[in-house]
Amino acid sequence: MTAAAAVPTITEPATAPTLEIKDLNVVYRVRGRDRQILRGVSFTIGRGESYGLVGESGCGKSTTALAVVGYLPSNGRIRSGKVLLSGRNIVGLRRSQLHELRANDVSMVYQNPGEALNPSIRIGRQVAEVFEIRGDERGLAMQKAERALATVQIADPKWVMARYPHQLSGGMQQRVVIAMALAKDPALLILDEPTTSLDATVEAEVLDLIQHLQAEFNTSVLFITHNLGVIAKMCERVGVLYAGRVVEEGPVKEILNDPRHPYTVGLLRCVPRGGARKDRGRLDTIPGFLPAINQELRACVFADRCGLVQDICRTEEPPLYQITDDHGSRCYFHEHAQELPRTTAANLAQPLAVDRSTTPLVKVDDLTKIFHQNGQEVHALGGVSAEIWPGETLGMVGESGSGKTTFARAVLGLITPTSGSVELDGRVLAGALVRRTKRDIRVLQIVFQNPDSALNRRHSVRRILRRALKKLAGLEGLAAEGRLRELTGSVRLAERYLTMRPNQLSGGLKQRVAIARAFAGDPRLVICDEPTSALDVSVQAAILNLLVDLQAAQKVTYLFISHDLGVVRYISDRIAVLYLGRLMEVGPSEVVFDGPHHPYTEALLSAVPTIDGGGRARIKLKGEIPSATTPPSGCVFHTRCHRKIGKICEEQEPPLLEVEPDHLMRCHIPIEELRHLQAEPRPASPESKAPEAKPAEATTG
Amino acid sequence: MSTVAPAVVRRSEKQIARRETMQQLLRSKTLLVGLAIIAFWVFCAIFGFKIAPHDPLAQSSSPLSGLSGAHPFGTDQLGRDVFSRVLAGARDILIVAPLATLLGIAGGTIVGLITGYFRGRVDDVVSRIVDAVLALPLIVIAVTVLVALGHSALTVIVVIGLVFTPIVSRTVRAAVLAERQLDYVSAARLSGERPPYIMFVEILPNVMGPIIVEATVRLGYAIFAVAGLTFLGFGLSPPSPDWALQISENYQLLNAGTYWWTVLFPAIAIVSLVVAINLVADGLARVLGR
Repeated sequence: MTAAAAVPTITEPATAPTLEIKDLNVVYRVRGRDRQILRGVSFTIGRGESYGLVGESGCGKSTTALAVVGYLPSNGRIRSGKVLLSGRNIVGLRRSQLHELRANDVSMVYQNPGEALNPSIRIGRQVAEVFEIRGDERGLAMQKAERALATVQIADPKWVMARYPHQLSGGMQQRVVIAMALAKDPALLILDEPTTSLDATVEAEVLDLIQHLQAEFNTSVLFITHNLGVIAKMCERVGVLYAGRVVEEGPVKEILNDPRHPYTVGLLRCVPRGGARKDRGRLDTIPGFLPAINQELRACVFADRCGLVQDICRTEEPPLYQITDDHGSRCYFHEHAQELPRTTAANLAQPLAVDRSTTPLVKVDDLTKIFHQNGQEVHALGGVSAEIWPGETLGMVGESGSGKTTFARAVLGLITPTSGSVELDGRVLAGALVRRTKRDIRVLQIVFQNPDSALNRRHSVRRILRRALKKLAGLEGLAAEGRLRELTGSVRLAERYLTMRPNQLSGGLKQRVAIARAFAGDPRLVICDEPTSALDVSVQAAILNLLVDLQAAQKVTYLFISHDLGVVRYISDRIAVLYLGRLMEVGPSEVVFDGPHHPYTEALLSAVPTIDGGGRARIKLKGEIPSATTPPSGCVFHTRCHRKIGKICEEQEPPLLEVEPDHLMRCHIPIEELRHLQAEPRPASPESKAPEAKPAEATTG
Repeated sequence: MSTVAPAVVRRSEKQIARRETMQQLLRSKTLLVGLAIIAFWVFCAIFGFKIAPHDPLAQSSSPLSGLSGAHPFGTDQLGRDVFSRVLAGARDILIVAPLATLLGIAGGTIVGLITGYFRGRVDDVVSRIVDAVLALPLIVIAVTVLVALGHSALTVIVVIGLVFTPIVSRTVRAAVLAERQLDYVSAARLSGERPPYIMFVEILPNVMGPIIVEATVRLGYAIFAVAGLTFLGFGLSPPSPDWALQISENYQLLNAGTYWWTVLFPAIAIVSLVVAINLVADGLARVLGR
């Protein structure tokens, strides 16, 4: 991140590093037996350093954090090893000592800020409590709370202090939690997926804030995330965790650009980035699964899934090889890690080119949906028109509350639009599902975001698929059984899973079942509503590949909804950008990404932390997404727009115009001017500069 | 391939999990005590007439005799052995109350599924009726109907079942409301499934937990209701050795505290059964997690 990272400087011998974990082994007692969760984890976080811990779910990231604060669940136990906080071993401390430690030296921020705050206590009292525990009087504590909230850049702390948590947005809640965490000026701040539940623009703001505060307070940070882009932006050094073992560790730049462990290499290849697109080849994946919790792992933990595996990997634990002074890898073949063979052929059949001179498969005309909630009108969709041609993928991006899901549900007929129409092959469909014909119902299908709730947990996989085949394809008996084999084969779902219930399957397998169900009746349009956002990146890559394979084989059309711009770019031919229920921009994927962009798209693109880092300067959007009950006048984006030109934006809604061939945009600024404005290098915002003010001794190896 | 192992392991872990639920249930002492008491009374209901030392209906020449070796619980005013009558008295109430509960659960489940699934106007209308029924005490409704229709065991079952229906429907409706938000219901609609299929095949299995707990709780109330109605003279009729009937026949003898055994032992029987059922309900609610 900073220049300092590359120059190892020696810490003064008198000051111990903020956190030093030595050979930490943690076990959980499950069903009367100890299961090893952490296997000899060791790493060090220097003063003021920010250290990232990445890995997929179940690798032990959160367990590491919980062990550091002495919060392991009651069946968890540190079997051996040391956790030194500023030189003091916390393993074996008494309860009261741990309490004191948590009150003074370590703070933790969790993924879901809504759950971290007490819903029945006003924000002011909750923040003040931190100071009261440390011995301040009520009045003084309240004053300090106000100052703390101002530190996290909350514009009106007094107003916020009088609110209850549910009255604040997610981003605001997370600011409050961070304020509470920093209130005691801890030596170590642990952030466990702090922005995973937030929207891209809000995430960017919170990350900026954390960087800024870290520099100001010179706090050491342990940053836990599955998002490699966030690590690239936030951390100086990173440890890659797999099955409870740190398999590779080093400076962020080296790990991301010169990974030396096959797991790191595989993980990086799974992420669609740098303009990866489906027509330039499939994503690579990591085969197999994380070892089961009760599996004995004597040698290399990654051996079962590794493409470079040799006999020695299965018999002897690899030592930590030092590649440079501060870059280590636990792989015998670390020199060849990047030669890891691909598990999926890069060039499989490609989806056919799309012919846009024909009738669109689906044409949505001026679709409006107003929900009535507690006597208020919520304008979820404000006149969205779109066309999707046979065989193409239309990507739809937008933050929460932009109307993406409402749009999908209205197209499917799950909700009846207030006005506007949906046409299939030029024929207007009934608004409500009950009025649609069986044929029309069958051709429009969906893959939901959350595979847990999308499958009935009381029905077996076979029952779910057989029923779909009966209802959607009219197949029963032997014919259905034959088609069932084909279907499970095409989504690569092994036959042994058919007898299982959904809760016995992993997230990726569940999503395969959901995809098989959607394809049971030869659908023509499949809506994918964030189908991979609940999955780990290696599983995400496999599911994205599957969707592309199915498109190539069956010429199916997708409406692909996602907030992950890298994923949308990979899979989409065209992209539609939605904001507050209105289309802001529609165009071919490359054009939308390369610009000139709508100012909102521009801000959205700049907000996403990328693995490759840099690229776009951050555009800070003002304030929060306005409420859909009272959408702003004129252009709905004017309240946050960084390129607002004046009164016209507040008074007149710009029309959605074709500014270039196939490129539609809703903005008062002419495209040529946007092109000109966006070509100029923007001055970097003060927040993104702040970390460079960090003292040089921040990092040591 | 390596993918085989986790699948096999998971399946056996699932079985372990199921066994663990059973173990968890059996580990709960209150639930075990409750089950033991209920088992005892069910045994009495079936074999009570056979195992009773005396014929529960036979009158003898020694009315109102106190506790003795021949009559451990004494005799009542017609000289019938109270101990034998307590054992045999389990029969009628353990037929009437469970049937009434079953009727109420079945009706409440259907109404709850319909109102929870369709919401809208159907829900509004039914909910108002439910409110109206809940506003009146159970006994008042039951007595009114029984007087109008004439009382028999069957009418008692029907009346209690009908009164329970709206109460149960509330619980079921709440569970269905949460369940119908889930995507699998939307997926079923998109497969062209009709509402009855979605309600009974897709949703119902997922709300069985709360329904089972509710059924246990209702059974306790049903026993109270049957006993109450019988005591007031609207429930079971003589010569049944029913507990509430025994109390009703003998409570005037309580004057000055004499002949207490004629009332105390059947009262203990009722209390023990109701408490046992509530113990089981608590245990189930804790494990099945409402």
